[in-house]
Amino acid sequence: MSVAPRYHSRLRQAPAERRAETHPLTWRLREDGRRVALDDYLAGDGYAAVREVLGEQTPETVIATLKAANVRGRGGAGFSAGTKWSLTLTGGDLPRGYLVCNADEMEPGTFKDRLLMEQLPHLLIEGMILAGFANRSRQGYIFLRGEYREAARALVLALDEARDAGWLGPDIAGSGFDFDIALHTGAGRYICGEETALISSLEGHRANPRAKPPFPGQSGAWGKPTVVNNVETLCNVPGVMRHGADWYQALSGGLSEDGGTKLFGVSGRVAHPGLWELPMGTPAGELLERAGGLTGGRRLKAWLPGGASTGFLLPEHLSLALDFDTIGDAGSRLGTGLLTVVPDDQPMVPLLGNLEAFFARESCGWCTPCRDGLPWTVRLLAALERGEGEPGDIELLEDLARDLGPGRTFCAHAPGAAMPLASALAHFRDEFEAGIASSRAPRPVGEEG
Amino acid sequence: MATIHVDGQAYRVDGDDNLLAACLSLGLDLPYFCWHPALGSVGACRQCAVKQYRDADDDQGSLVMACMTPAADGTRLSIDDAEARAFRRGVIEWLMLNHPHDCPVCEEGGHCHLQDMTVMTGHARRRYRFTKRTHRNQDLGPFLGHEMNRCITCYRCVRFYRDHAGGEDLGAFGAGDNIYFGRHRDGVLESPFAGNLSEVCPTGVFTDRPPDDHYTRKWDLQFAPSVCHQCAVGCNISPGERYGELRRVENRYHGEVNRFFLCDRGRYGYGYVNRDDRPRLPEWREAPGAATVTLEVDAALDRAGDRLRSARRVIGIGSPRASLESNHRLRELVGAEHFSLGVTAVEAACLATMARLQRECGLPSPSLREIEAHDAVLVLGEDPLQSAARLGLSLRQAVLGRREALAAERGIPAWNAEAVKTLAQDRRHPLFIAYPAATGLDAIAAGHWALAPDDIARLGAAVAHALDPAAPAVATLDPSLAAEARRIAAALLAAERPLVVSGDALGSTAVLEAAGNVARALARRARPGGLGLIRAETNSTGVAMLGGEPLEWALDEIEAGRADALVVLENDLHARLPGERLERALDALTTLVVLDHQRTAVWARAGIGLPAASFAEGDGTLVSLEGRAQRFFQVFEPRVLRPESRIRESWRWLHALQGTLQRRRVGDTRLDAETRDCARHHPALSAIVEAADHADHRVQGLRQARAPHRYSGRTALRAHLAVGEPRPPQDPDSPFAFSMEGYAGPGRPQRENAFAWAPGWNSPQAWNKFTDEVGGHLRGGDPGRRLLGPVPGGYAYARIVAEGFVRRDGEWQLVVLPRLFGGEETSRRAPMIAARAAAPALQLAAADAARLGLAEGDRLALVTPVGRLSLPLSCSAGLAPGLVGVPAGLVPGLATGQWGRLEPAGEGRRP
Repeated sequence: MSVAPRYHSRLRQAPAERRAETHPLTWRLREDGRRVALDDYLAGDGYAAVREVLGEQTPETVIATLKAANVRGRGGAGFSAGTKWSLTLTGGDLPRGYLVCNADEMEPGTFKDRLLMEQLPHLLIEGMILAGFANRSRQGYIFLRGEYREAARALVLALDEARDAGWLGPDIAGSGFDFDIALHTGAGRYICGEETALISSLEGHRANPRAKPPFPGQSGAWGKPTVVNNVETLCNVPGVMRHGADWYQALSGGLSEDGGTKLFGVSGRVAHPGLWELPMGTPAGELLERAGGLTGGRRLKAWLPGGASTGFLLPEHLSLALDFDTIGDAGSRLGTGLLTVVPDDQPMVPLLGNLEAFFARESCGWCTPCRDGLPWTVRLLAALERGEGEPGDIELLEDLARDLGPGRTFCAHAPGAAMPLASALAHFRDEFEAGIASSRAPRPVGEEG
Repeated sequence: MATIHVDGQAYRVDGDDNLLAACLSLGLDLPYFCWHPALGSVGACRQCAVKQYRDADDDQGSLVMACMTPAADGTRLSIDDAEARAFRRGVIEWLMLNHPHDCPVCEEGGHCHLQDMTVMTGHARRRYRFTKRTHRNQDLGPFLGHEMNRCITCYRCVRFYRDHAGGEDLGAFGAGDNIYFGRHRDGVLESPFAGNLSEVCPTGVFTDRPPDDHYTRKWDLQFAPSVCHQCAVGCNISPGERYGELRRVENRYHGEVNRFFLCDRGRYGYGYVNRDDRPRLPEWREAPGAATVTLEVDAALDRAGDRLRSARRVIGIGSPRASLESNHRLRELVGAEHFSLGVTAVEAACLATMARLQRECGLPSPSLREIEAHDAVLVLGEDPLQSAARLGLSLRQAVLGRREALAAERGIPAWNAEAVKTLAQDRRHPLFIAYPAATGLDAIAAGHWALAPDDIARLGAAVAHALDPAAPAVATLDPSLAAEARRIAAALLAAERPLVVSGDALGSTAVLEAAGNVARALARRARPGGLGLIRAETNSTGVAMLGGEPLEWALDEIEAGRADALVVLENDLHARLPGERLERALDALTTLVVLDHQRTAVWARAGIGLPAASFAEGDGTLVSLEGRAQRFFQVFEPRVLRPESRIRESWRWLHALQGTLQRRRVGDTRLDAETRDCARHHPALSAIVEAADHADHRVQGLRQARAPHRYSGRTALRAHLAVGEPRPPQDPDSPFAFSMEGYAGPGRPQRENAFAWAPGWNSPQAWNKFTDEVGGHLRGGDPGRRLLGPVPGGYAYARIVAEGFVRRDGEWQLVVLPRLFGGEETSRRAPMIAARAAAPALQLAAADAARLGLAEGDRLALVTPVGRLSLPLSCSAGLAPGLVGVPAGLVPGLATGQWGRLEPAGEGRRP
């Protein structure tokens, strides 16, 4: 049976290709794209990791396994999830804190967490139980992008199922461990994807990021130790716990130092936009091939490796392995690992104008460079697009891109916005120069306006 | 301590600080906006970027925000680094994108932190060529103007208003470059500290409204170091004058008292100084009701002398709102046995009790700064936000101090403001309040009880007993209240520095004795706590130290024919005494001499009226509730623009009158002589001589300037009167010159500074240049001398415990509730305060009102033996049952503890 894809958030891999040993994130997905209910999940080894871990392990052994597996955060930063967990303050007279799932998937061009939550919510719940156990959390929260109504429905159903079946609530599976999960739907700010802004919003405050240190693991939601993990990161945890660190490391098959698989995707003018679960380190070119290449005979001009806040790469970079370090060394970031392709007939200036308008609008307004610098880039880009640029505008954009960079702003929002701008200025400077009025033919003498 | 290296120079700094505070404390210039010494660091504006180096070998370094970087030992940084300077210049450029550049027409211009920082960073050329974002402004009430287009989004306003001051009706709205700081809709800002926004805001978003029609730049104002006269806290202020009017009151930093903030009564309550109807010439009336004749000074003194000389006995009524020197001079004029303190018997008893408690209870009277360092607070019978608002703000900081304590446990530095707030959430040091009505601090209290005054005394006594069984027990105390007393006692005992706060708001010595017993019990258990006692008026503490009789005594003497002449010093008697009785006594007089700067009802009856200086035109010494003697100095000489004016300090009038009376030529007197004389006669006040520098104090041979060196237009000020430029007035009483010529600035640290200015720093942020460290003490020494201190002793308990309150059928016990706006004698004559004051109402407990079938707004008359008061009803959830709450300052003679009946008035239903 096949169902027409309703949107991009669709796995493009046939069931036959997906096996439990090689596709830990997606092997249980139904071909019809409907939600995997609790019974089916249980039939497919579901909650086995919870049963094993809660019965036999300690938080320390869970963290050690996750560290050994080198699971790197799938939200985009690639920070070691095991290290993050090991830094969570626990014990003594410290209160048990919170485990927060960052499901505020708003990165432009990114739709991977949506697939997992809509179709396989129990995998996330299982991962959260394990993470809650490892971090001695008393309560889990899923901070879900407000527009993800389908995911919200799936999660509510799954949470009810899990709670009814005793996988959530007091004394889970007879282990003595109490843990429950609440779903919180966001009110629609990109910045809520930043973990500390997410916490501020969850608490009911303005979605402003917080200074680090202290990190959320020391003082997070409501001042309690708090772990924030991305959906996909958490969905990796049950597999690691069930099959071990070595198995997880081996999943990437030597393609990458990083272990495991990754939900990769492609959007833009390609034949088959969508998602694939592939080994970490899969070459970008292979992914683009799976997406069927560009449509309409267009050639690739540039690509963003993982969302709007990553730097542009060129066709020559398609041979690079898609992993955090390789893409980072190439001057960009892996980000979410969902490629956005730019065809050769797409001018860069309006594209950048569109991106920066998004980032400027989504700035929380806390720090000066982001709040006031980003709108300036938007206006400069608009002027260039209209051909009303002035000499010095490009240098000004370069200054802005530098001053919006890491360390100069309060959080990573503006540096994320600066990255595509800086890379586009570096790779496609001529397109920007073309927008400068004085670089064109001088107007005839006597003509006004 | 830590050593940090700034641009190659090693410095010793407080290692617990952040780099910005450390650099500013060193006197280095580093621009900033969002950081504030009282509000900590949040890293929002990015203005204080510096280059930090890993070690001596690192020549690359990276930009960090100084405010968010610990001043750890060995830190290497550069302020002067080219990249850091360029970035800081860039931050100003961003802040300026939407700023209207309306400096010439902006009220902030000339004391604008944004101007100062712009000059400091060197940003001078605008590269932004697009349109600016604009906002709509709000009407925020009588105090503050609102011009959001000037906003640079530093978030200081909301951080001060909400986090520091506890206000809830100012917020940040919007996102991106469209952030809006305001109320959810137009309306009066509710916080009694809203006026501080005019100084907290680094630019001209929130500016004082009053100058709108009488506006003067800071550099054209003449200032003097002064002390707020609007309550007993003793906040230091810099009043600014132009054209013979006060135009502005700015906070004057005092490291132990007000530090950075004032209350709005203090900031905006000066309007009575500028009233057109003020007496400016001596006045003479042949008989009551006869026409008023103005007199020259000598004639007035002669007539007053004649009248007083022919009197059988002269009684002098002093004033808790007049200086020690004036009160002392009156006391000397009439003789100690003929002197009244100028307060009612109830208040006099309370003042005496408080003076005794502060000697005998073993706990010191803390400064506001010290109050903030206490970690458990019990407030008995006071609503500090109404009666001593700035002290209430410090109580709030004491309670919030738990944040820093918790943060320290987790290694979070105290300056990391948002992190400290996040960690603590709503965990606070315990605050307990017992008061008949709801108070503004209830929201952060661990417990608050609405009780009748006698029950407050009983609760306090029970707390003392729970602390120390040797303290008298309270018989038949309600068991639940007894449990609460034990809870309070346990919290006070568990604290490192417990604080007891009480005062005379309820006119109850029983409440004060109960507070004293708690203090004694803490002292006996060797707790290094504090006892803060709130007095009503600016010099209540000081005048009580002079000694004298209550007002009722004076009336008795007159009515009994034992006195026929009265000299009233700066005292609106009709605001303190029941009118009928007062009028009877005044009728019995043959001579009434009144000295005041306000045209009060008693002035209108005076045979001789002598126009007294307000705090703006005179000097003197006050004793604050802390027991700190502080000098206030004359701001301006009224004769410059009103040559006809004959306003003099009361002590100067009385000195001259004394000479006239004794037919001696005494010549003029000087403030220093008056202060010394007062100190000589009153050993407890001997230290007041050292409370401030004397008139002969010079800095590098110069007097100190009252006006900034850019002061302009001096030659034109009087051009409408005469084109000649007379010599500026000479000041025999203070080391300050009525001029911009003289010493100003922080270079040679002085104790008294007329205004905040340092090279490059024109805004109130300049105070950081005057302190030993940011938020610390003035390098020239904090002004004033403390006079009160506990005497070691056995701390014997007051043995009498009040009987419990029993409500009556058909009768209601009055509680007169102090009001910040409208409840004080002089400031309520200020138009802005009158505009801000809430409409008065009679308060009943909501349950009582419901039982009477009364609804909010029903008009009621309160009938008492003293008088009848008709007001609308306010149903209060926070008022103790059986009581009726009466706003202070409406009907003289109404006092807490009296009983009255309620009658319908107007269209109200029958109670």
